[in-house]
Amino acid sequence: MSAIRYTKDHEYIRINGDVGVIGISDHAQHALGDVVFVELPEVGKTLAAGSEAAVVESVKAASEVYAPVAGEVIEVNSAIEEKPATVNEDPLGAGWFIKIRIADTRALDALMDETAYQAFLKTLD
Amino acid sequence: MMNNQGRPTRPGEAHGAARETFTGNRALDIEEPLIFDQGRFDSTGIDIDEPAPFADRLGGLTRADDLALPGLSEPEAVRHYVRLSRNNYSIDAGLFPLGSCTMKHNPRLNEKMARLPGFADVHPLQPQSTIEGALALMQELSRWLIELTGMKAVALSPKAGAHGELAGMMAIKAAISSRGEGETRTTVLVPDSAHGTNPATAALIGFDVQSVPAGEDGLVHPDAVKAKLGPHVAAIMLTNPNTCGLFEREIVEIAAAVHEAGAYFYCDGANFNAIVGVARPGDLGVDAMHINLHKTFSTPHGGGGPGSGPVVLSERLADFAPVPFLRDDGRALRLIEDQSGNQAFGRVTAFHGQMGMYVRALSYMLSHGADGLRQASEDAVLNANYVRAGLSDIFSQPFGDRACMHEVLFDESWLKSAHVSTLDFAKALIDEGYHPMTVYFPLVVKGAMLIEPTESESRSSLDLFIMAMRDLAFRALRGETERFEKAPRFSPRARLDETRAARKPVLKWTPREPWVEAAE
Repeated sequence: MSAIRYTKDHEYIRINGDVGVIGISDHAQHALGDVVFVELPEVGKTLAAGSEAAVVESVKAASEVYAPVAGEVIEVNSAIEEKPATVNEDPLGAGWFIKIRIADTRALDALMDETAYQAFLKTLD
Repeated sequence: MMNNQGRPTRPGEAHGAARETFTGNRALDIEEPLIFDQGRFDSTGIDIDEPAPFADRLGGLTRADDLALPGLSEPEAVRHYVRLSRNNYSIDAGLFPLGSCTMKHNPRLNEKMARLPGFADVHPLQPQSTIEGALALMQELSRWLIELTGMKAVALSPKAGAHGELAGMMAIKAAISSRGEGETRTTVLVPDSAHGTNPATAALIGFDVQSVPAGEDGLVHPDAVKAKLGPHVAAIMLTNPNTCGLFEREIVEIAAAVHEAGAYFYCDGANFNAIVGVARPGDLGVDAMHINLHKTFSTPHGGGGPGSGPVVLSERLADFAPVPFLRDDGRALRLIEDQSGNQAFGRVTAFHGQMGMYVRALSYMLSHGADGLRQASEDAVLNANYVRAGLSDIFSQPFGDRACMHEVLFDESWLKSAHVSTLDFAKALIDEGYHPMTVYFPLVVKGAMLIEPTESESRSSLDLFIMAMRDLAFRALRGETERFEKAPRFSPRARLDETRAARKPVLKWTPREPWVEAAE
């Protein structure tokens, strides 16, 4: 099992060496409700940490997905553009958004691990 | 599936569950099919002479197929639209508590004035000497808008709130370019609770948008703004009162900080109805603000227009207004119609804007008077607080139990144990005969319910609304969830599948042939 880190904006990044798979957490998909539209960046785009990486729109609201760390987009999950419901059904698996080549893996240290994220979620209610 | 009369061909297809009548109608509630499904393509309701022989100059672009317009007689066409119109809900039918929309009564006097031939029949290409009355009216309206906002110039021409907002931001952009900072001041600050048009407007004209977080109390604090200010910031866009229904109390300090940093202060005028005659945006440090005549000054809205969104500008921005505009030169209002001798960035409309809306707005102002406009704002705030006081023992407020402005904001935390969502609650309100309040906006509040009753509602009307809300709340908390999950139960259409509608929108009518495939 690869390591996973979360942001306070409910993005996750699953880490495999210097490649990170970015998506939104189960909490985020639940809060958004049925996802109806996803807009993904172009492969090759360079993202700064905290910059807009993708857009996700649900029946309730449109939100941005921010890059948890800086990096270059190396792959996007076009399947969720066709079938946005996947983001609700399997946010941590088939519902991933983009893969990036992480510019500096040390930046990951600032993010939350699973335990810290679960504790963070408890503070929100 | 329906036959070509629009009637169901199998039981149980009209009105959701069981088919209760042969026609699919329920008494005078008519099951109205699309006009294309009613029309006959081989006939028409009008007679047009066959054209005389003519030369085809379309260069091979002649249409190959029939237009496939539905053919109906005049009474059939009239009935179709009248029947559809009976499914409308409007401010003339009942309370319309849509937050940040100011759905106030449209006085009939306004309509009478707008129909005076000298206003209604005026043509934009008429010689000026023949429309002096109309120009005088625009001048008088401008004088009121400048007086009420404490600003220096007004451009009446923008045709909607968002258009006025765009014009205001373009004036800011022009002012910044004139200082030689067009390349460096490229960021616009927008609070989390802003109207969606604010970041959209800024982005549309090439600014980068940066959000400013609101404090725990729902307000924007000067420190949060100052932390984001710098030589790269062109403007801040703030709504006051904000979309949480709260007055931004530190607006003067925020404005001072923005000006000190060399930026401009745009105020979204959507919620102006809360402060007319009480506070003037110009005194608060605002540089530009659009005014939704249809919200604040009772011109009709909804249904797609025509709207009208004049933009008022401070001394700092007055010279950058879109032409035509009126400028206060200290003694009188001067009409400035061309760009020579000033720094106006150009026109945003072909002519002068929506004359009919100007007449209605001025009619509202003159019939209310200065004291009446102030009272309307005070009553709007009072009514919102009356609703708040009537519901606050059950409904939770995200920022604590304190006075609101013209709209009151609740969240859905009180509904959590009932397993009923804000959406379910809003749908149940339809069954009670009300247009729902604004839901899930502002985004900063979970399951937001934003209620703006406006000054138009009487106390008995508010009492009934509050009782209906309380009754629904008690039912939700008692576990009568079916009433909510299935709501609306009594509307012409039952609960729509919003997810499917968004994922697989059907945006155009598909011809009947091949009929079966089209219906699937």
